[in-house]
Amino acid sequence: MSARRAAIAVWLAGLALCALQLARTTFVADLSVFLPSAPTAPQRFLVEQLREGAFSRLMLVGIEGSDAATRARVSLAMGAALSRDPRFASVTNGTAGSGRRGEALVFEHRYALSPAVTPGRFSVDGLRASIGESIERLASPAGLALKDLLARDPTGETLAVIDALQNEEGPKRTEGVWSSADSRRAILLARPHAPASDLDGQSDAMGAIRDAFTAASASLSRDARPRLLLTGPGVFAVESRAMIVHDVERLAAASAIVVAILLLVAYRSPLALLLGLVPVVSGAVAGVAAVSLAFGSVHGVTLGFGTTLIGEAVDYAIYYFVQSGEAPQDWRARSWPTVRLGVLTSIAGFAALLFAGLPGLAQLGVYSIAGLAVAAAVTRFVLPSLVPAQLALRDLSAWGTTLGLIAKRLGGARWALAIVAALCIGVLFAHRATLWDTDIASLNPVPAEDRRIDVELRDALGASDARLVIAASGPDAQAALQAAERIDASLDREVAAGRLAGYESPALFLPSEATQRARLASLPPAAELRSRLAEALRGAPLRAERLEPFVQDVEKARTGPLLTAADVGDSALGSALDGMLLRTASGWTAVIGVRPLAGHALDSRALAAAVGAAGVRDAMLIDVKGEVNRLYAGYFGRALVASALGVAAIVALLAVALRSVRALARVMASLAAAVLLAAAWHAGTGTALTLLHLVGLLLVVAIGSNYALFFERLRETRAESPRTLASLALANATAIASFGILALSAIPVLHAIGLTVAIGTAAALVFAAMLSS
Amino acid sequence: MRSLLAVLAFAVPAPVAAGESLAQLFDAIAKHPPQEAAFTEKKFIALLDKPVESSGVLIYTPPDRMEKRTLEPRRESLILDRTTVVTERAGKRRALALADYPEMESIFAGLRDTLRGDLGALTRRYSAGLQGDMGQWRLTLRPLPGASGEKVERIELAGSQWHVRRVEVVLGSGERSVMEITPLAGEARDPR
Repeated sequence: MSARRAAIAVWLAGLALCALQLARTTFVADLSVFLPSAPTAPQRFLVEQLREGAFSRLMLVGIEGSDAATRARVSLAMGAALSRDPRFASVTNGTAGSGRRGEALVFEHRYALSPAVTPGRFSVDGLRASIGESIERLASPAGLALKDLLARDPTGETLAVIDALQNEEGPKRTEGVWSSADSRRAILLARPHAPASDLDGQSDAMGAIRDAFTAASASLSRDARPRLLLTGPGVFAVESRAMIVHDVERLAAASAIVVAILLLVAYRSPLALLLGLVPVVSGAVAGVAAVSLAFGSVHGVTLGFGTTLIGEAVDYAIYYFVQSGEAPQDWRARSWPTVRLGVLTSIAGFAALLFAGLPGLAQLGVYSIAGLAVAAAVTRFVLPSLVPAQLALRDLSAWGTTLGLIAKRLGGARWALAIVAALCIGVLFAHRATLWDTDIASLNPVPAEDRRIDVELRDALGASDARLVIAASGPDAQAALQAAERIDASLDREVAAGRLAGYESPALFLPSEATQRARLASLPPAAELRSRLAEALRGAPLRAERLEPFVQDVEKARTGPLLTAADVGDSALGSALDGMLLRTASGWTAVIGVRPLAGHALDSRALAAAVGAAGVRDAMLIDVKGEVNRLYAGYFGRALVASALGVAAIVALLAVALRSVRALARVMASLAAAVLLAAAWHAGTGTALTLLHLVGLLLVVAIGSNYALFFERLRETRAESPRTLASLALANATAIASFGILALSAIPVLHAIGLTVAIGTAAALVFAAMLSS
Repeated sequence: MRSLLAVLAFAVPAPVAAGESLAQLFDAIAKHPPQEAAFTEKKFIALLDKPVESSGVLIYTPPDRMEKRTLEPRRESLILDRTTVVTERAGKRRALALADYPEMESIFAGLRDTLRGDLGALTRRYSAGLQGDMGQWRLTLRPLPGASGEKVERIELAGSQWHVRRVEVVLGSGERSVMEITPLAGEARDPR
């Protein structure tokens, strides 16, 4: 009796600790946990970029429908409203203001920023040449717009900086604002301050964009009102989260209700139903707490997966209630060892997930292992103490007897199992080329239509050319910038040789302090500059004394502070720099984008040689597309290996426990056939298997092994046990119900697991029955 | 010369007859949209002791596209449409929002509306004064108060019949640009 009390005390204390952990748990829904913990440096860089990078935080806004002038007016109004919104680092639509922001900063810091500033530029000859050039520029068609620069910037440094910063024509303009190439959509580009992984921040920014659109189009009649399109990695993440949260809540509720009805019908006792939930709830709470402890946060998908735990953990209580019948004391001796072996088998299977290299899958593994172990232990040690002596359960023996007859018939048809297995292998073989889907996009809950719009908006903005990027790292920002400058020098030679259209480097926006100092050191003191000007401008139409504002500005720059990241900060330069100079786990990384010549693909080998020639240690030329493909193929292979190891662990465990090759063969044969059937079902219906189907197959093995082991025990004891058969049928019914409901989810991850397990467990039960007699 | 022009401009009242001849001039220009023309331009800039000279070709494509292609001293081009400026220099193309450059937009709109013969659009931005007759006219455009491009003091166009021969842009700073225009072959074609 005191041991029972101790068990209950331990259970309650455990629940209390779990509740404490849950209270400080954060729940996330960022699908990047299904990105692998990348093995190589370029891949780590990519994954980091996907989570935190500036590229990921971009929001693309499309305005379509109505007419071009209306779209432009809405774009203008939205641009004006959002530019004032502190939640955004920048909002651009190609219109007034957006192109000239940052010009003041460029003008102010032109001597630190201009790549043309060298000692030679400020010699007498250099001044004569550059000022002559500026005067000649006044003859250009836009000359009048440039004349105001002459007195303060006669050497043309502002233009030199602007030339280096933006030598692209940019997206197409329609009615003065950015548009798609066919002019049917107006396009804005918004960059919220919140990183892509801060979903609340992103969600807030999305709200601001929608509000701005509503306000801008409010005065239009309903028919004339254009439509808003909003895409981007952060937008998709927010929408995925909403979908996941919605599905998880809905499915968990539906699953619980269906399982409860099933159990009520079976038990005819509400009390038994409630007691049966004790192991399930304990397991779920322990699972979430374990994930929270191990990972610091719990993913929404893990919670969704939690509904599946109902499917397996509820089985333990079913086994206890149905099998124990009038002699609960015997259950411990007769059935518990089988349940325990089933739990160990499941744990061996789920342990494979821990080594699959994906944090998301590892969460599912930890959750399942902790949840099942606790649910089984609570069934064994706590549940019996909670059940009142006079609990009257419906006797399911009659059902069981009928099931026994069916099982016998099935046993007579065991040849059919061989045929089914052979057919499944045939189907799988026929679809071998398309069996696996290693594209991570297939895990993406975002509808294909939205993804297509995203690609179109990106194309229109020319934002999709970033196939090759160069990353240079250093222990601090200065080191990274200096590395970038060395690479830039190498790329300048490529541009000069006509092999490259241009590049975008953070060092253009924020030169390293060393470079800035070198440039400012080229500037002569005021008196010296005056005398050089006098000599340089002899005979020129511009008199030296008229350039006194220039002399003052040079003196100010020469003796003033350097341009810092803080100066660049919130300006248009800062938001451009934002994605190019990144703090990483190990220091800072400068990201340089390269632009191919129009109509040419980038020659990655020539580029690699140019990067190599810069002599920067750890500089990486990253082929984004190739690297992403390698990444996915890599983690998929790894998950397959981990699953194979999990299966091997299960075989070893069963071999030790069953101590019979024939018994092991029977158990494994029914499980293998169930897995084959579930896989062949997907292949036959045209669904390529994803990583999550693999998880589903593992679950089939985990749950199915319980059935097979019970049948094996029945066979061994040669006992007629209608109650055991009834409990297995009920357990299977609850599994099919709860996973079947999961299969209704619109989220590919949950749908894949649900359908696979519902099919697989049904097959596992039938196959185990076939092989038992 | 400048003060003389200013006196003339102010001296001319705006009688009914002038309104009629303005309409008549714009009607003539609208019926004979100009094609290509050669130009020579002198920019008088306060900082410089002598004007900056350039020459090239003007190409107007109705209703609202204009290209100014400088050939001397250096090949460069500027293409304007209702919303965008595209510059081309040393093989580099750059597109800018016209609205970012209000004085350029204002000057361009004045020329464009005149060449299109769109008096209504022109007078939303400028007050227009005409002197002389169809054989020898001078059109003075002054930005209406509050219109964008306040840096533009006035634009003076001069010509005969539907040909614009001279465009002078005077900025508030007193700086100005004077463009002499010679229609190239084909200009006499009558679109009707």
